[in-house]
Amino acid sequence: MLKKLLGTAAIATLLASPAAADIKIGFVTTLTTPVAVIGKDMRDAVELAMEHIGGKMAGEDVEIVYADDEFNSQKGKQATERLVLRDDVDIVAGYIWSNVLLASAPVVLNADKILISANAGPSPLAGAQCNKNFFNIAWQNDQTPMALGELLNQQGVKSLYLVAPNYAAGQNMVAGVERTFKGKVVGKDMTVWPSQRDWSAELSKVKAAKPDGVFTFYPGPAGPAFIKQYQQAGLEGEVPLYSVYTLDSISLPLFQKAGMETVLGTKMTQFWAPDLDNAANKKFVGDFRKKYGRYPSFYAAQSYDAIMFIKSGVEAVSGDIGNIDGMRAALKKADFDSVRGDFTMGNNHFPIQNFYERTVVKDADGNWTTAVGRAVLTNHQDPYASQCKM
Amino acid sequence: MDYVLLIEQFLNGFQLGIILFLMAAGLTLVFGIMDLVNLAHGSMFMIGAFVGGTIAVVTGSFVIGVILMIPAMLIIGIVVEMTTLRTLYPRDHLDHVLATFGLILFFNEATRLIWGPEGLIVPLPAFLDGSVALGAITYPVYRIVIIVVGLLVALGLYILVSRTRIGMLIRAGASNRAMAGALGVNIPLLFSIVFGIGAVLAGLAGLIITPITAAQIGMGEDVLILAFVVIVIGGIGSIRGAFIASIVTGVIDTMGRSFLDVFLLLFLPENAAESAGPALSSMMIYILMAAILFFRPQGLFPPKGAG
Repeated sequence: MLKKLLGTAAIATLLASPAAADIKIGFVTTLTTPVAVIGKDMRDAVELAMEHIGGKMAGEDVEIVYADDEFNSQKGKQATERLVLRDDVDIVAGYIWSNVLLASAPVVLNADKILISANAGPSPLAGAQCNKNFFNIAWQNDQTPMALGELLNQQGVKSLYLVAPNYAAGQNMVAGVERTFKGKVVGKDMTVWPSQRDWSAELSKVKAAKPDGVFTFYPGPAGPAFIKQYQQAGLEGEVPLYSVYTLDSISLPLFQKAGMETVLGTKMTQFWAPDLDNAANKKFVGDFRKKYGRYPSFYAAQSYDAIMFIKSGVEAVSGDIGNIDGMRAALKKADFDSVRGDFTMGNNHFPIQNFYERTVVKDADGNWTTAVGRAVLTNHQDPYASQCKM
Repeated sequence: MDYVLLIEQFLNGFQLGIILFLMAAGLTLVFGIMDLVNLAHGSMFMIGAFVGGTIAVVTGSFVIGVILMIPAMLIIGIVVEMTTLRTLYPRDHLDHVLATFGLILFFNEATRLIWGPEGLIVPLPAFLDGSVALGAITYPVYRIVIIVVGLLVALGLYILVSRTRIGMLIRAGASNRAMAGALGVNIPLLFSIVFGIGAVLAGLAGLIITPITAAQIGMGEDVLILAFVVIVIGGIGSIRGAFIASIVTGVIDTMGRSFLDVFLLLFLPENAAESAGPALSSMMIYILMAAILFFRPQGLFPPKGAG
């Protein structure tokens, strides 16, 4: 009897021991190369979210398997293949870069697993190629620049010059601004991505064109470089610079350290801000700052939301992760406390949400951050949703 | 109005050419004289930026950063040469490529460990920040400084190589290594010095561009490719060739980026011109290189006695 009992116990230990998480989530982001700083912010947010939920969803243990896309669509696809085929994860999430997501999505979707983008929102996946298993918890690429175009109209900008990188997201950003901006586009330069880091030629053209405003989009470390050159070219103060995803909690401390005061007062638009007033956001930003000693970026906010979003789906099926139909139905409701406040999921599984004006300011302790203004677009759905047959 | 833009773009191209020259000069010396393919030259570019940039941030003076970077890079260059590259000279080029590629990985990881992944922003002193009016053109002061510094370095190198004893030894070592050694020239020491000079020039290029682009891990790799194009066009081992090819490459690259899309608009629809413009302009220098390789495989200015 005792022997049998011991045997059962041994088997039970064996079953439980090799960190046998019940739910495995693959998380693809950039952990090497110069843009790894974004991946680090996302991972920190995921870790914080795991801490907040006690490492459990619907009572089941959760394991996160991080994978590095090396800032390269082919490497990202291979990392995704390893997650799906070797690690056999239940859900794949993450993805900073639109081109990486576009290359990797078929791997996950063909395996009939749920894919959640925590940043990239390329137009094909929102429109004709939308998929029942794909969800975006951030935004569609065009939306934020569309809000910015609207902001430009309100600020009385009549002529605009666009400078952006020549890849999937850069093209979407430019298209987004042009969709809502009512003035005249006097020039447009699409630069080589990601290698071009000197914009002297483009900035000379901006100077010659004398626009009312310049729109730009340079995510990651290219952003500070662009803004510095903008200042050195003597454009700062002459032509206001408007940006999306270029100034964030990752780059602002660098500007602060370098004492580049001209960045203060710069305007941008976004679906979220660190000082957005809701309980979930206060908890997230407060605990993030306590744990890591810095403001979270929007990448972090989206990653945190992605984990909470997955949790809402897992709880709806009581932890039965095999019930993919039930999961999908639950995820469509987006029934969780998002750090951005209330929003709904559109037919194409992209959020319908507000976009706010944000201005770069100093906070009470002298740290550079952004102050959220009013909503420029409310309950906004991306323009590709109508092309999605879902 | 249009000619103002043209002159400004020419200056932009010239300034890019100067940076390329600082990179290519070291590369062409090492490749031409030591017959060593050194992919890690881009790492020297990056290390110069991080080391000099850190000194500049700590001391609060960019000028001190530049001055102290020179001995630092000389030492780093000589140490790398003595510890790693010295064993590679008798081996063939593929081994050089493999070993120096390993050095790139080593330096990138070391930089990440020391400075973190987010890079380094180096502010400019107030007197270099901003722009100055030259007739109808307003041009950033700092870019003018880059051009002047580059021209001074080019002049200094010319004098060093063609008018001094060490330059004579370098040239002797380049044209016949064994004979120079037999005549009592300390070839290993000479190579260490050449490599050290190359490292200083690359470091200077990296540091001088940092206030414009910010220091990043792997920042040297893109410049390295362009620098290789430059030395192939200019003739391997020739400082004069490197200088002229750098300026030509810089100007063509910049002019292509600024005017090719406008030019393509003449006979292409707007969307096609917008995406073909950047793609084509980044190809132009490679097309130039291919043409030069076809008509003058030894480059525009092959050094005398080489071959």
